[in-house]
Amino acid sequence: MEKVDQLDRQADKQGWGNAQAPTADRSRSAMNDRSAQLNQRYRRNKARRQILAEQLYGASQYQLMRVKFKKHRVAMLSLYLLGIFYFVAIFAEFMVPYTTTQRFEEAIYASPTQIHLFDAEGKLTTPFFYSSKSKIDTATFRYEPVIDDAATVNRIQFFAQGEPYKVLGIIPLNRRLYAVEGEQPLFLLGADQLGRDLLSRIIYASRVSLFVGFGGVIISFFLGILLGGISGFAGGVVDVVIQRLIELLMSIPQIPLWLALSAAIPTEWTGIQTYFAITLVLSLVGWTGLARVVRGKILSLREEDYVTAARISSASNMAIIFRHLLPGITSYLVVHVTISIPYMILGETTLSFLGLGIRAPDVSWGTLLQQAQDVVVITNYPWLLLPAVFVVAAVILFNFIGDGLRDAADPYAR
Amino acid sequence: MLNFILRRSLILIPFLFLISIISFTVIQLPPGTYVDTYVNNLKLQGGTVSEEQKASIEAMYGLDKPMAVQYGLWITNIILRGNFGNSFRYNRPVTDILQERIPRTVSISLVSIFLTWLIAVPLGILSAVKQYSFWDHLFTFISLLGLAVPGFLLALILMYAVYAQTGWMISGLFSPEFRSEPWSVAKFTDMLKNIWLPLLVLSITGVAGIIRVLRASLLDELNKQYVTTARAKGLSEWQLILQYPIRIAINPLISTLGWMLPAVVGGEIVISKVLNLPTTGPVLLEATTAQDMYLAGGIVMILSLLTVIGTFISDILLAVNDPRIRMN
Repeated sequence: MEKVDQLDRQADKQGWGNAQAPTADRSRSAMNDRSAQLNQRYRRNKARRQILAEQLYGASQYQLMRVKFKKHRVAMLSLYLLGIFYFVAIFAEFMVPYTTTQRFEEAIYASPTQIHLFDAEGKLTTPFFYSSKSKIDTATFRYEPVIDDAATVNRIQFFAQGEPYKVLGIIPLNRRLYAVEGEQPLFLLGADQLGRDLLSRIIYASRVSLFVGFGGVIISFFLGILLGGISGFAGGVVDVVIQRLIELLMSIPQIPLWLALSAAIPTEWTGIQTYFAITLVLSLVGWTGLARVVRGKILSLREEDYVTAARISSASNMAIIFRHLLPGITSYLVVHVTISIPYMILGETTLSFLGLGIRAPDVSWGTLLQQAQDVVVITNYPWLLLPAVFVVAAVILFNFIGDGLRDAADPYAR
Repeated sequence: MLNFILRRSLILIPFLFLISIISFTVIQLPPGTYVDTYVNNLKLQGGTVSEEQKASIEAMYGLDKPMAVQYGLWITNIILRGNFGNSFRYNRPVTDILQERIPRTVSISLVSIFLTWLIAVPLGILSAVKQYSFWDHLFTFISLLGLAVPGFLLALILMYAVYAQTGWMISGLFSPEFRSEPWSVAKFTDMLKNIWLPLLVLSITGVAGIIRVLRASLLDELNKQYVTTARAKGLSEWQLILQYPIRIAINPLISTLGWMLPAVVGGEIVISKVLNLPTTGPVLLEATTAQDMYLAGGIVMILSLLTVIGTFISDILLAVNDPRIRMN
C-alpha cells in the first residue's frame, strides 16, 4: 500500500490535472477542471489496481478469498456483529448479573426497568433507577410495576464485585459487567412469569442456541462429504442408491420426523445429553444438501488430468478423494457450512418452542419463546417476544456472511 | 412418456417401503413397549389393567414376537384393513383420527402452495425485469426476512398484531358457535376470518425461495438471442416477456414443488400448534409427548407418503412440460 501512496504523491507532483491554464470562457475552464479531476482519479485508481493485481498475482486461493471477502462491507460488518454475539455467549457469567434460575418474587412480569441519567434536579449522574414492585391490577388482572412513594435510588455499578464464579468453569472471578447496589433487581429487558431476568436468560440461552449449529453442522458435514464423495467418485450402483436415499430424505417432511425422533429422547436425560441428541436429530436429516453439492463437484473434477495422474501413481480411492478432490472444493464447503448453521439454529428453536427440544431448567432461545405462546400474554407483556429478535438477527447475520463468502469463493464473480 | 412414468413408479415402490420402515422405527424408538406405556398411562389416570387385557393387546400387535414379524403384522393390517392400531391418548382407532385430520392438513398445504405461486410469480418477474431497482432490492430483503423468521414466529407476531389492533383473537378454524354446525355460507365466511392467517404465513415462508428461483432463471433467459430477436421485431416489452422467456423460466418452478411440499407440510404442523388449528400438528405433538407411538408413526407415515407422491406428480408434470427430461 505504501507503493500506492508513493504513486499518488508522484502524480500530484507531476501536476496531473492541476489545470490552471487561464481561459476566457468560465464554464469551459470549469469543465476542464472537472475533466482534469476525473483524469487524475482515473490514473490513481489505475495505479492502485495495478499494484494490487501484482500483489495478488501469486496469491493462493484463500488469500484471494480473504481479499474479496474484506471488500464485502455487509459481510464484514455481520462478521463483527456475530463475533460479539459469540463473545457475549462465551462470557455469559461476566456479562449479566443474574443466573437463569434466580427468581425475584416481587418482580413477576416486571417490565424493562427505566434507567435514568438525570437526577431530580436535572443533573447528570451515573445511571440509576427507582425501586418498584410488580403488583397485580385488580381491574385488568395484569401485573403492573408500582414505584414506591419513597422512591429509593438504585445506582448501577460497572465492573462491580459480587458472588464469585468461574468463567467457563476455569477462571475464577467475582466482578461482573454491571450490577446493582442493594437488593432491588435490575431488568434491562423485563422479567418473566417467575420474576427471572429476561436478559440474563437470553444471554445464557444464546450459548445453547448459537452452538447447537456447530455440533449439528460437524456431523452433517462429515456425513455429507463422505456419502456425497463416495457417490460422486464411485458412480454406478452406489451412486444410484445414495442418490435415491437423498431424494427420499429430501421428500419426507422434516419437521414431523424431527418431532417423532425427539420423542425418543428419554425424559430423565440431563440438559447436555438432550442437547447432543437434538444436534444428532438435526444433522441426521440435514446432510443431504451438502452431499448433493459434493457429488456434483466431484463428478466434474474426477475427469481432470491430475486425478488420472494420481490414479496412475496407484493412489487409493480414499486418498484421491481426501487428498486430491476435496481440497478443490473446500471453498464451496465453507460456504455451505456457513449457510447451514442458521438452519440448525432455526431447527433447534422450533423444536424447543414446541417443547420437544431443550428442557427446563436449561434454556435456549426456543424455550424462552415458549412463554410467549399465548397472545394474551404477549399483549400484556410484549417484551417476552424479545428472544425472537436475537434468533432472527443471528440467522440474518449468518446469511449475510454466507453471501459474502459465496461471492468471495466464486472465481468467476466480478 | 409412458416409459418415463413407469420408470418413475418403479422407484416409488422402494420409497414407500422405506417410508414404512422409518415410520415403524419411529414407533419402536421410545423405551419400553406399547403395553408398558399403555399401562403406565392408565395408572396415571387411576385405572388398572388386568393380565388378560395386557395379553390381548400383546397378541394384537404381536409384541412377544420378533421385530420383523411385528413389522409384518403392522404393515399388513394397514394395507389390507386400513388399521393403523389404536391411540390410547384419544382412545380411538388411529385411522379415525387420520381420516379427520389429514384432509385438513393437505388442503391447507395445497391452498397455501397455490397462494405462494400467486404471490411469488409476479414478484419474481418484476425483480428480474427491473433488476437492481428499488423493487428488486425490496423483494430481496423481504425474501431474506422470510428465510430468517421461522413460521411459528411470524404466526405469533401476526396474531399479536391482529389482536392488539382489532381485539379479534385468531384461534382454530371456526368460531365456537360454528364448530358443530353443518357447512353453510355463514360458516364459510367465519372460516375465512380465521384461515387467512395460517395461509398467509405458510405462503410467505415459501415465497422467498420461489422469487429467487424465478428471478435467476428469468435473468438467464432474458439475455438470450431469441429475446433480442423478438424485441428487434417490435414486440412490446411486456408481451415479449410474457410470451417467450416466462414459459421457459417457469419450468424450474414445477420442480420446486418437490421441496415446497415437505416444507409446507412441516410448517403447517408447527403453525397449527401456535394457531390451535384442528389439523395433524397438535395431534402429532400430543402423540409424541405422550409417546402414543402408533398415532405418531401413522401420521409420519401418511404425511411422508403424501409428500413423496406429490414429488412424484411434480416430476411427471415437469416431464410433460419439458421434452428434454422425458427423453433423458
